[in-house]
Amino acid sequence: MIDFSDIFNFSDYGQLIPLVANSLWAGALLALIGGLVGVFVMHRELSFAVHGISELSFAGAAIFLLLGLDVALGSVAGSLVAAAIIAFLGDRARDRNSIVAVLMPFGLGIGIMALSLYPGRAANKFGLLTGQIVAVDDPKLTTMVITAVVVLTALVVLWRPLTFASLDGEVAGARGVNTRWIGIVFVMLLGLAVAAAVQIVGALLVLALLVTPAAAALRLSSSQFWVPALSVLFALVSMLGGTLLALGGTLPISPYVTTISFLIYLVARLVQHQRSKVVTR
Amino acid sequence: MSLLDIRAASLGFDSRVLWSDLNLSVEPGEFIALIGANGSGKSMLLKAILGTQPLSSGSISFAGKPAGQQNHLIGYVPQHRNSDAGLPLRVIDAVRFGLDGHRLGFSLANKDAKKRALAALREVDAEHLANEPIGKLSGGEMQRVRVAQAIMSEPKLILADEPLSALDLKHQQRVSELINEQRERLGSAVIFVTHDLNPIIDFVDRVVYLAQGRHSIGTTDEVMRSDVLSKLYGAEIDVVRNQGRILVLGAHDHEHHEDEEWA
Repeated sequence: MIDFSDIFNFSDYGQLIPLVANSLWAGALLALIGGLVGVFVMHRELSFAVHGISELSFAGAAIFLLLGLDVALGSVAGSLVAAAIIAFLGDRARDRNSIVAVLMPFGLGIGIMALSLYPGRAANKFGLLTGQIVAVDDPKLTTMVITAVVVLTALVVLWRPLTFASLDGEVAGARGVNTRWIGIVFVMLLGLAVAAAVQIVGALLVLALLVTPAAAALRLSSSQFWVPALSVLFALVSMLGGTLLALGGTLPISPYVTTISFLIYLVARLVQHQRSKVVTR
Repeated sequence: MSLLDIRAASLGFDSRVLWSDLNLSVEPGEFIALIGANGSGKSMLLKAILGTQPLSSGSISFAGKPAGQQNHLIGYVPQHRNSDAGLPLRVIDAVRFGLDGHRLGFSLANKDAKKRALAALREVDAEHLANEPIGKLSGGEMQRVRVAQAIMSEPKLILADEPLSALDLKHQQRVSELINEQRERLGSAVIFVTHDLNPIIDFVDRVVYLAQGRHSIGTTDEVMRSDVLSKLYGAEIDVVRNQGRILVLGAHDHEHHEDEEWA
């Protein structure tokens, strides 16, 4: 029998919150970068690449764990390598998809090998795949802050030409936007965002933060302001809501986060459906 | 000095020559039709003018500087592709990119830029589309939005790469007229790539015809002749005129492409 107190349990809740303050801060930062990066992931049709990068990020983290090095650093290393490969080789969408499909099982395989060889606790192993809630210590939070600052600064600076290049690369190129480099820079930023997300929600569920909120936002708006705003809001609700719900039970954080983010997407689709009905009448 | 100067320009890939020793000077307000078979290098010529495609030899200068240095004075209407379908961006924001899309930072709300984007949309009868998502537009609407984007910076030269492909006859006529109206309003030169000369035949000052690595430049009457085109293609070509329209027969047999016969 399932014991539901494993899934939802709010006794001693007040005492638990301070213990996860770091996780909440990290989650909020992650939602912010995930929600914004996600908008361009959708613009540039990079959803599949996100998944590929996250598997290599997992491999990097697992290898570093095995070698006794910093897991967060390994995760960043893995995803930047994957991002670089995708950015430089996958110029066209079709090439990119096949490169990602080739990289993904390789990364996952290497990661599983490293974890199997690792003699330490099982919780550490699964955390990389499915996320962990109380694992955000101060150095990890610092890494997260630095990642967020880098990604956000770059996005703010590149926002307009990146949108222009995503809309129509040829016209943007004619107007002096270096579309090739801006594409490469964006995929590297994506790599950083993925590495940050792998730390918290785990490699298998990164898409729930980097794709689902933006996809839901795009169901509701095409405005240059509202799409990113809603995307960040949805990511925040999923991430913080998921963390708070996960506190009570014994499950990892990811099922809560992914379920909330999925429900938001469903509601967004329903709302869009209702609206289009009204218009056609 | 002319607005656009193409001097002894050649472009080839491996052993294949697209065009060679091309000389063309374009004056402000001139309407040039660029015609030729698929793969004859029409789009490449536009890219060379934009400076995004280097020449094999020769030189191109625009507004007194080498190609690529004054592109803010060029309005570029690219070839229609269906891949843009579904891009989640509003028409007015896309049009505004024609003005400042290359600049760093956010597109902050800016009354002046918005006014200019609406004015550009009004020029192409598309003001009502301002708040529609780009992805929901039809082919004809999309081309009008592209023209609006191209005229945002009040360009001295409009480069239109097959703006009529994928449009029905009515919209072909309308988009041609729109581009000509902008030429008259802004005094800009136009280089208009097309398979079919007829929708623009009343506006065209000169024709640049590319075929088989050769080219012919002149007025419509000078170029669209059986002897000129036969020499260009190195094969028998018939140019038939009927009620102000021009029909080119035989070109596609030798080119192995599926162009319309109207050219």
